[in-house]
Amino acid sequence: MELTRRGAIALGAGVAATLVLPIRAMASADAAIAEFTGGAEMGEGGLEFITPEIAENGNTVPIEVRAPGATAIAVFATGNPTPKVATFNFGPLAGAQRASTRIRLAGTQDVVAVAKMADGSFVRASNNVKVTIGGCGG
Amino acid sequence: MISRRDFLQATVAASAIYGASGVGNWSKLAAQQALTQDQLLDFDTFGNVTLVHVTDIHGQLKPVWFREPEINIGVGAARGQPPHLTGQDFLNYFDMKPGTPHAYALTYLDFVALARSYGKMGGLDRVATVLNAIRADRPDALLLDGGDTWHGSYTTLRTSGQDMVNVMNALKPDAMTSHWEFTLGTERVNEIVAGLDFPFLGANIFDATWDEPAYEPYKMFERGGAKIAVIGQAFPYLPIANPDWMFPELSFGIRDERMAELVQEVRDAGADLVVVLSHNGFDVDRKMAGQIKGIDVILTGHTHDALPEPVMVGDTMLIASGSNGKFVTRLDLDVRDGQLMGFRHKLIPVFSDVIEPDRDVAALIDAQRAPFKAELEEVLGTTDTLLYRRGNFNGTWDDLICNALIDEREADIALSPGFRWGPSLLPGAPITREDLFNATAMTYPAAYRSEMTGETLKLILEDVADNLFNPDPYYQQGGDMVRVGGMGYRIDVRAERGKRISDMTLLKTGEAIAPARSYVVSGWASVNEGTEGPAIWDVVESYIKRQGTVSVDPNKSVKVTGA
Repeated sequence: MELTRRGAIALGAGVAATLVLPIRAMASADAAIAEFTGGAEMGEGGLEFITPEIAENGNTVPIEVRAPGATAIAVFATGNPTPKVATFNFGPLAGAQRASTRIRLAGTQDVVAVAKMADGSFVRASNNVKVTIGGCGG
Repeated sequence: MISRRDFLQATVAASAIYGASGVGNWSKLAAQQALTQDQLLDFDTFGNVTLVHVTDIHGQLKPVWFREPEINIGVGAARGQPPHLTGQDFLNYFDMKPGTPHAYALTYLDFVALARSYGKMGGLDRVATVLNAIRADRPDALLLDGGDTWHGSYTTLRTSGQDMVNVMNALKPDAMTSHWEFTLGTERVNEIVAGLDFPFLGANIFDATWDEPAYEPYKMFERGGAKIAVIGQAFPYLPIANPDWMFPELSFGIRDERMAELVQEVRDAGADLVVVLSHNGFDVDRKMAGQIKGIDVILTGHTHDALPEPVMVGDTMLIASGSNGKFVTRLDLDVRDGQLMGFRHKLIPVFSDVIEPDRDVAALIDAQRAPFKAELEEVLGTTDTLLYRRGNFNGTWDDLICNALIDEREADIALSPGFRWGPSLLPGAPITREDLFNATAMTYPAAYRSEMTGETLKLILEDVADNLFNPDPYYQQGGDMVRVGGMGYRIDVRAERGKRISDMTLLKTGEAIAPARSYVVSGWASVNEGTEGPAIWDVVESYIKRQGTVSVDPNKSVKVTGA
């Protein structure tokens, strides 16, 4: 439950950042997603997006995307100063359209995955990932 | 033909009647001062499989007082649902009468008076007697331990869990899962696990670097002609709620997709019955039961709830067996042709003055304690007040700890974590070192003293409040609210994240907490590595010795709305 003073200050700053950021970050996330989809409508389903509900460490959050038949999957951290996180492209010889990596999150936020399917359509999945101080479970 | 669902509903109803009649008998028996062991253990053996569940024993080898919570708020879908019922609401829901042994065991009502009539509960030597009786009926009953076993007492701390390992081994569990075990450090856990005769299960424990399973996920058993899969689920938020530097190699998490894959895997391998031995916490398990199909029974743990009847979520049965050795659940099942056809359930309250201790296990327990006898028994002072911990916002044990921190560490404000473990002490009782350690024993006890701004304090309260009151249980961590000394606040439990806390007030001046001002804060159990300060038990011991007799005023400094 404790924070060292320095930790507390750093955290306080981080939180202030997320408090200020959302509107601007959200807008830039929407823009980044629109850039990927070309503004096309996004459906749902066919895209599995696996993230922890609460990050064990906000600096390295494991994520996995699976979308059979996709040609590309992009991931966006809507609350990060730079929301565009990664784009995975799958060629015709790809054995499976799945990928996993670790990402850094500035704070609690929605993380969005968008898959481009072979027919050119897009599907979207969004998960809320909580970044917490922790320390009081029991 | 009766469908599986109808059958389950029919047996739930039957179990309710069975439970109710048991309660009625007890209240009569209590009036006659004639609670008997036979009555407590009475069970009409049923079906072909028996599961026995114990969980969250927290190092309690001996009988204890344990007051159940007065405040236990459910949010979202859990609002007003078991286990979020306390006191009279609990009694009404389960059709029980106040003043009965069951009311004493399961609620806080008239706790002190009833505790003096009905005595302490638990004790692993009594649990052994219950097990012997069950095994006499069904020799191959499966004993499943939900974890938080190797933690929580003076002897457990001093022996790094060995006392509990030795005694539990004598009870011969068939599997266990874990949480606080990992606060002994990975190396010690692995050393113990290597010597166990039963599997240490954790489907959701992964190697942090390679994201590969780190412990056995499940074990298949054959009982009564049925194949039973027991899948272990450790506490998902260990690296967040406890110090991750003690088990840096490991990653946890709920991992729904992993659980779904394993349920499929064990079904494909021929499991007739799928049991999850879980340390998720009740509300997380309730959600998981709805998300993942094909689980027959979830043996819940972590949140220390005791329920006299199973809670059904679709076809999945949730069992809650309490904590600290107070209860043993016996669940008899009729498993045929890959299906659960019916069940009979009893939450057996372990009244320590009624259930005869098993002599061998009693001797084994005494042997674990013998080397520490003098320290355990040293009287530090006396309490005028009932000391208890459990409840969402405050308990007198933590009020006492916070008073000690403010006084001994010369702090404005004290913080004590919202742990759910820690037995109670009756007014007038001596406080022994054992009692103090029952409320504080753990491997990261440093009582820090530092400065925090009002803004940081609010951030901490908001963060912990969301871990408790997020409407989605997958975002909860299962502890109670951080306990605060020297500062009052208002909390709206149904407000959104970051907006629950208001009216933070420094009690000694009555002034509002200023966001930019720094306050001297003392607390304990920081998850940060390298936290400095004396051990919390030394701080509280010094305070109790100076006071001689401690009394704790009723805490009225937390105002709760939205419940």
